[in-house]
Amino acid sequence: MEQKPILEVKNLQISFQLNFGVNHVIRDISFFLNKGETLAIVGESGSGKSVTTKSILGLIDDNGAVEVGSCLFRYQKDGVDIEVDLLKCGKDYLQKNIRGNKIAIIFQDPMTSLDPTMKVGNQIMEGMLDHKKVKNRKEAVKRTLELLELVGIDNPEKRIKQYPHQLSGGMRQRVVIAIALACEPDVLIADEPTTALDVTIQSQILELIKDIQKKTGVAIIFITHDLGVVANVADRVAVMYAGKIVETGLAREIYYNPKHPYTWGLLSSIPSMSGQNEEILSIPGTPPNLIQPPKGDAFAYRSEYAMAIDFEEHPPMFQISDTHFAASWLLHPDAPKVSMPSVLQARIDAYKKRGDDQ
Amino acid sequence: MRNVILQVDNLKQYFRIDRHTTTRAVDNVSFKVYEGEIFSVVGESGSGKSTLGRSLIRIYDANAGEVTFLGKKITGKLNSETTRFLRKNMQMIFQDPMASLNPRKKVLDTVAFGLDVAKEVKTKEERKQRVIEVLKSVGLSEDHIARYPHMFSGGQRQRIGVARALVMDPKFIIADEIISALDVSIQAQVINLMRKIQKEKGLTLMFIAHDLSMVRYISDRVAVMHLGHIVEMGTVEDIYEHPLHPYTKSLLSAIPHPDPDSEKLRKRVLYHKQNIDYNHGQIQSLNDTHTVLATKEELDAWQKGDYSDILVQM
Ligand SMILES: Nc1ncnc2c1ncn2[C@@H]1O[C@H](COP(=O)(O)OP(=O)(O)OP(=O)(O)O)[C@@H](O)[C@H]1O
Ligand SMILES: Nc1ncnc2c1ncn2[C@@H]1O[C@H](COP(=O)(O)OP(=O)(O)OP(=O)(O)O)[C@@H](O)[C@H]1O
Ligand code: SF4
Ligand SMILES: [Mg+2]
Ligand SMILES: [Mg+2]
Repeated sequence: MEQKPILEVKNLQISFQLNFGVNHVIRDISFFLNKGETLAIVGESGSGKSVTTKSILGLIDDNGAVEVGSCLFRYQKDGVDIEVDLLKCGKDYLQKNIRGNKIAIIFQDPMTSLDPTMKVGNQIMEGMLDHKKVKNRKEAVKRTLELLELVGIDNPEKRIKQYPHQLSGGMRQRVVIAIALACEPDVLIADEPTTALDVTIQSQILELIKDIQKKTGVAIIFITHDLGVVANVADRVAVMYAGKIVETGLAREIYYNPKHPYTWGLLSSIPSMSGQNEEILSIPGTPPNLIQPPKGDAFAYRSEYAMAIDFEEHPPMFQISDTHFAASWLLHPDAPKVSMPSVLQARIDAYKKRGDDQ
Repeated sequence: MRNVILQVDNLKQYFRIDRHTTTRAVDNVSFKVYEGEIFSVVGESGSGKSTLGRSLIRIYDANAGEVTFLGKKITGKLNSETTRFLRKNMQMIFQDPMASLNPRKKVLDTVAFGLDVAKEVKTKEERKQRVIEVLKSVGLSEDHIARYPHMFSGGQRQRIGVARALVMDPKFIIADEIISALDVSIQAQVINLMRKIQKEKGLTLMFIAHDLSMVRYISDRVAVMHLGHIVEMGTVEDIYEHPLHPYTKSLLSAIPHPDPDSEKLRKRVLYHKQNIDYNHGQIQSLNDTHTVLATKEELDAWQKGDYSDILVQM
């Protein structure tokens, strides 16, 4: 029998009140996360990646509200299967049963989750002791030193006695990762966990996260705009644009057979390492204003492929395979046949060719 | 010959942790930055990049060394005129956007802060116009001025930091990891913007970054930092096409690619830093633009392609 997803978000809509209007930031998104898998959420700055995941833990700002939607979470407590809607169960329940303990989140901006007045060692131990993951302080110290070593921090004995401002930016980020891992959660939400890290440490952390996943079966939502990183960690990918998921599929489907023009743009704007003179293609224009969301597809006025209908009606999700979906009118049977930019096609062909040689 | 805007000689910045430990965050670093160029500093986490920037802009007092900026010495005790000169002409955009933005201040006031301190604008209207102009240039809009920092996404916050530095029309900007928090399309926009301003106003940029693929696109010259030392420095071509230092080579080998199949198989090159002591090395010139920190023996070995003990293929 097929297992039900550990996390299932349905028809989520979130808005923020501003004094000159309502910001419709999340506009009807649905996705799921299976046990033990890694889902990457990618998309432009401001597309709603952080707000989506924060809402799951009841952490959106006071001027924001979930208007519609549900988020089912399935977990076990004392051997009993429990299913709750995280969007309806209330802050106290979340704080007591879920946050940190069952679902841990690594925030994008490490300084916001560290207490500047507290030594980093104590900050890592706090959660373990609170959630009774260790028997006593001595064991907590031992575990903390192990964790710091795992995230690649040298001299952990010295570092636990330092304050956040005495660490470099990347070290602070690694401390935050250690805090999240300390409680061995069922779900780990990692919001840009490696953006402040150099490539060497980044690959080390990615290896670490994958290792932990193998051992504990933790399911991971990985938020990033770095498509190189996604290729390394993700089983499935969801591409967000202006508060909607516009394409979702297995990592290989998204990388080797992307269907949505926005995904094409994202993939084309990665600098390739082949030469400096090749231009970086960027997606023209700026993201839409969601206080007055455009009619039709929000990407239409930045898309060279846009057709008349795109300015009228938002496209539905078209199915490409069992696992691959995209919201673009180009996939409608009556649409003219267009293909992805030639630069991108050439790059993908090169990858595939190399793959065949191996 | 191009003008040197910033000259750094033997700069040292140490932190005393306790009686037995001192972190040598920046250890005897020398380099020049030319007017109008983009000079990037790359290196692993904790290698001293931010500290270097912070010492230049005088958040810290350097332990030793001399820095000359636009012909003025900016190390040691500064008189009030030099301090003002430095504040106006050198700006830093900080790595942690939230930590450097005041949560209780609206974007308008945050961005206008420098203008207010320097008494740069006469009227409220002019102040607002300057802020709106610069916000637009970084891809934010007029309706953002009345919002507080927490109401923005991570990348948007980073752009507020960029706007705050740009509004002063400085000659030299130190940008600490600003591109890493931005997605690729905004990265390209911010970089194009910086390039445009650079051309129009002769701006010089020092980029601190770890994203080696982006650095390649934006920089004229690159310095690779490790453990407080600049281990290799040169033009983009020198560093990316002809890297010599084993640390540079290991960094280049770790760049991720947007290609799941190859990522699954990727091999990394491990760098054994315990087998090398930077304090014994001297700066060796490989050509007019390319230098590497090495002893004579190391240099000989590396030039023959011998990296045994130091680089290990995994
Ligand atoms: N408290 C708030 N009030 C008003 N708007 C908000 C608030 N918080 C977030 N937003 C807006 O919601 C949108 C989505 O923000 P979110 O932080 O989810 O973006 P993101 O996809 O994580 O981007 P990034 O990659 O830059 O971190 C942004 O346009 C942001 O300005
Ligand atoms: N105020 C301080 N007090 C004590 N030690 C410090 C202080 N600031 C930095 N350090 C130490 O100096 C070293 C270099 O830190 P720095 O922040 O310059 O690194 P970085 O290269 O910018 O790294 P990252 O890429 O992680 O931001 C680190 O070991 C750090 O712990
Ligand atoms: S639906 Fe239309 S506007 Fe949207 S991505 Fe497809 S072609 Fe472009
Ligand atoms: Mg975000
Ligand atoms: Mg730094």
